[in-house]
Amino acid sequence: MGHAIILTQYEPETGVTKAMTIREAMEAVHGTVLSGEDKLDLEVHSACGSDMMSDVLAFVKDQAILVTGLCNPQVIRTAEMIDMKCVLFVRDKNPTQDMLELAEEAGIVVLKTGHRMFNSCGLLYAAGLRGGSDYERFT
Amino acid sequence: MSDSLEFKYQIDGEDFARVGHASTDVKKKLKMMGLPPDVIRRVSIAIYEGEINMVIHAYGGEITVTISEGDVKMVLADKGPGIPDIEKAMTAGYSTASESVRNLGFGAGMGLPNMKKYTDSIEIETELGVGTTVTMHVKF
Ligand SMILES: Nc1ncnc2c1ncn2[C@@H]1O[C@H](COP(=O)(O)OP(=O)(O)OP(=O)(O)O)[C@@H](O)[C@H]1O
Ligand SMILES: [Mg+2]
Repeated sequence: MGHAIILTQYEPETGVTKAMTIREAMEAVHGTVLSGEDKLDLEVHSACGSDMMSDVLAFVKDQAILVTGLCNPQVIRTAEMIDMKCVLFVRDKNPTQDMLELAEEAGIVVLKTGHRMFNSCGLLYAAGLRGGSDYERFT
Repeated sequence: MSDSLEFKYQIDGEDFARVGHASTDVKKKLKMMGLPPDVIRRVSIAIYEGEINMVIHAYGGEITVTISEGDVKMVLADKGPGIPDIEKAMTAGYSTASESVRNLGFGAGMGLPNMKKYTDSIEIETELGVGTTVTMHVKF
């Protein structure tokens, strides 16, 4: 079962979380944009990685990016239900035209990367993302 | 004696790609009505989990949403196989979902617990071989 990994950008010096843009997140994972190019400069504060949609819905706080290896319309629906701003497909998954239209309607940016889940989350982490309240609970 | 609004949706049990359309529409309507974001999110999650269950565990059915003063009521009725043990079904992590359903991203056994967590009340009526009706309320 996929576990939800919750990330949020964290500044080690100050201990505060800081926003990054979707574009910066995309560059961090060497990704490309498939839909919602006009919204790449939106700010995001946190992300969540999972292939199980109910897991995502269970631990939702205000994560803005859903990182997933699952590729079906329910990924977009799930993101939409909890007001996420962006879905990042890993392992070069190609969403269908229907999925992209669904995302367009919902105002969700769709990205993809060739990296796998672990590396994708790792690259986001290396770019400055850290766990928010959940992360701090264990440190 | 205040006015209430009612919306009905038929859920096709065969069409996995389309499941969620009712939830999307309900969310849109609540947004237009200007309900608080937190209420909209709670309703969205609960109804979406319920709609998915109707398709992956039953054979579709009907969703009725009634919005009245301070209350969103959701009734999800299916003619599926029913739930043999509701207490077990409500346990986080319990799922009878097949491998093919898991491959679609569902079957974590979190749906019913989520529905309970995000609503003010949940009631499940079920009869084996006849169907299941889930009634939920979110107050605001
Ligand atoms: N409408 C229904 N009809 C028949 N059985 C149901 C129905 N809804 C839930 N169940 C039963 O209850 C179990 C638990 O449901 P729940 O929604 O919590 O988890 P799930 O659907 O299996 O996985 P997830 O919701 O995490 O994707 C299901 O596996 C199924 O056996
Ligand atoms: Mg479920």
